[in-house]
Amino acid sequence: MTEHLFSRGHTACAGCGQALGARLVVDAAGRNCIITNNTGCLEVFSTGFPQSAWQVPWIHSLFENAAAVASGVEAALRYQGKLDKIKVIAQGGDGSTSDIGFGALSGMVERGHDVLYVCYDNEAYMNTGIQRSGLTPFDSNTTTSPPGKASFGNWRPKKPLPQIVAAHGAPYVATASVGFPRDVERKVKKALSIEGPKYIQLFVPCPLGWRHEARLTYEVARLVVETGLFPLVEFEDGELTRVRQIKPKPVEEYLKLQGRFSHLFRDEAGKAEIAKIQTIADANIKRFGLVAEKKEKAKESKKQEKASKS
Amino acid sequence: MKEFLEGSRTVARTVRLCRPGVIAAYPITPQTHIVEDLAQMVADGELDSQFINVESEHSAASVVLGAVAAGVRAFSATSSQGLLLMAEVIFNIAGMRLPLVIVNANRAVSAPINIWNDHQDSVTVRDAGILQFYAENNQEVADLVLLAYRVGEDPKISLPALVCMDGYILTHGHEVVDIPEQKQVDKFLPEFQPVVKLDPENPETMGYLGTPEIYMETRYALQETMLEALEVITSASQEFERIFGRALPPFYEAYKLEDAERAIVAMGSVAGTIKEVVDEMRQEGQKVGLLKLITYRPFPADALYEALENVPEIAVLEKAISMGAFGPVYTDLKASFQGKEAAPKISGFVIGLGGRDVSKDSIRRVFEELRGPQTPAKFMDVKTELVTA
Repeated sequence: MTEHLFSRGHTACAGCGQALGARLVVDAAGRNCIITNNTGCLEVFSTGFPQSAWQVPWIHSLFENAAAVASGVEAALRYQGKLDKIKVIAQGGDGSTSDIGFGALSGMVERGHDVLYVCYDNEAYMNTGIQRSGLTPFDSNTTTSPPGKASFGNWRPKKPLPQIVAAHGAPYVATASVGFPRDVERKVKKALSIEGPKYIQLFVPCPLGWRHEARLTYEVARLVVETGLFPLVEFEDGELTRVRQIKPKPVEEYLKLQGRFSHLFRDEAGKAEIAKIQTIADANIKRFGLVAEKKEKAKESKKQEKASKS
Repeated sequence: MKEFLEGSRTVARTVRLCRPGVIAAYPITPQTHIVEDLAQMVADGELDSQFINVESEHSAASVVLGAVAAGVRAFSATSSQGLLLMAEVIFNIAGMRLPLVIVNANRAVSAPINIWNDHQDSVTVRDAGILQFYAENNQEVADLVLLAYRVGEDPKISLPALVCMDGYILTHGHEVVDIPEQKQVDKFLPEFQPVVKLDPENPETMGYLGTPEIYMETRYALQETMLEALEVITSASQEFERIFGRALPPFYEAYKLEDAERAIVAMGSVAGTIKEVVDEMRQEGQKVGLLKLITYRPFPADALYEALENVPEIAVLEKAISMGAFGPVYTDLKASFQGKEAAPKISGFVIGLGGRDVSKDSIRRVFEELRGPQTPAKFMDVKTELVTA
């Protein structure tokens, strides 16, 4: 059996995407790293005293300061002349990253610390009971964005955090999903080979909060990419350099697996909302060029052919 | 070497002698000169330290937390709102038993916004588990910075420390100070040996979740350690005198207290003014004295009882108040006397908030008020005509 650096003994739910993601990240990083962790599910389920699932040095301080604590760890390693041997990783959930710890993340990136920040994005505050965060998607049902007679749930789309971090001039920014584990490993390794601040936003389904079956974690994490709702992209020095191309599937295929979107499948009004979500996916496909141009052109020409024949 | 220096510069020069590997700071008046001086020292190659300009005081405290967790001595400075923004992190640093020193330029707390001196900022974080020392003058600030590192880094203690200096009065005041030699400081403050640190060779988890089964024991241990720090402060102050050749009383300075019939207890720079008033009143034949409290956390309750047990009338003069209750030092001192044999009359006075001048006349009036009925929290020098009912 392979020895993992995020090992047995944690208390995550069955099918937890974040536990899977954390293992992928730390295994890819290797032993010579120090991790700083925001408060959240990952911290709670991995370090209930006296048990710890971490086989690397790991520190949790507060909800919003993993990026700042990592800045201090990095500065200390630099002072000691150890930074060439030890990698520093800061990590947190979507709430602690995009909301309460956003200032600390921005400061860490702007100051150019040699740290990889990993945001485990499960699209709401799961540890406190599924409340809306800045990374909760449009129309998602959370306990603080519930649907009702006057609402379809969360009324705003996800904050475009990867682009925001890329705009800081970070040398490397990527999105990844636990539905594509080899891609996660490659991106973590690539990030750690680059000096300076790096950011990876890792899509991690939460069966409990999203109300899907635990066995569907992997499928949900693939479908979100394949629909265009969570594009897998890489930015280097602020420029988009690589995307994972897709054959777009309709967003319904992704939405229908999850209870957090079930209110959209009840009536005609819900259908209209799903159409809005499809436009979000379509906009991503266009913005990031998720569909190969050749194929698109081929399609276009086929359409034209058909049109001319009829 | 004796030099005529600004208080902030005195702090910066002393901090340099302590060789911090990481310094993090965010600008706030009237603390800024301290970190500006340190930044210049780093820029000039006179100080080998990572100087981190953070985006908030919350992150300043978090950066030094991370640095100490990685095994490197660290320093920060702040004031007022900055200290309050750090408060969450300070509780955490103490709970994680990470020693570091923060200098606080004491300043009033908003609202209304006010950049001048009182002690409301630092006394508000008294419950965190951070050692707190208050200085009367710039020499004492420098000496307390050295003492704070020494005590906090003692492996028996391993706790953060806050060195408090009155904003503007000390930070911007020039005085003659004796800045020690590097050799002396290295002897007093050996290389930092952390109890636990983040190290891939020996991977430790820090900052566990503490369930009800263990949380209380960690808090009990913190309280026990704070009390144990009283002994460590005493021995460190003796060592201080041996190495630097000048006294640094561990808990308080007693000024003409032995035969005093009335005494004021106070912290910080106001002690200088009180000493002058004591001298004047002594010349008039009045038996008055001063107890200048230096160590506020841990609170040296037994030492204070012994120092004051023969003084029949005591005034606690404070630049802070716990709103709706009393002055914080007053409360602690009353508790120290509760149920004991000596039962002096102890009155509380609130004075000098938000930089209101504390004149010799006001201090004289406090001594006079002491002869009247006991008063728990009397505001001095309030312009009643400005306060509507």
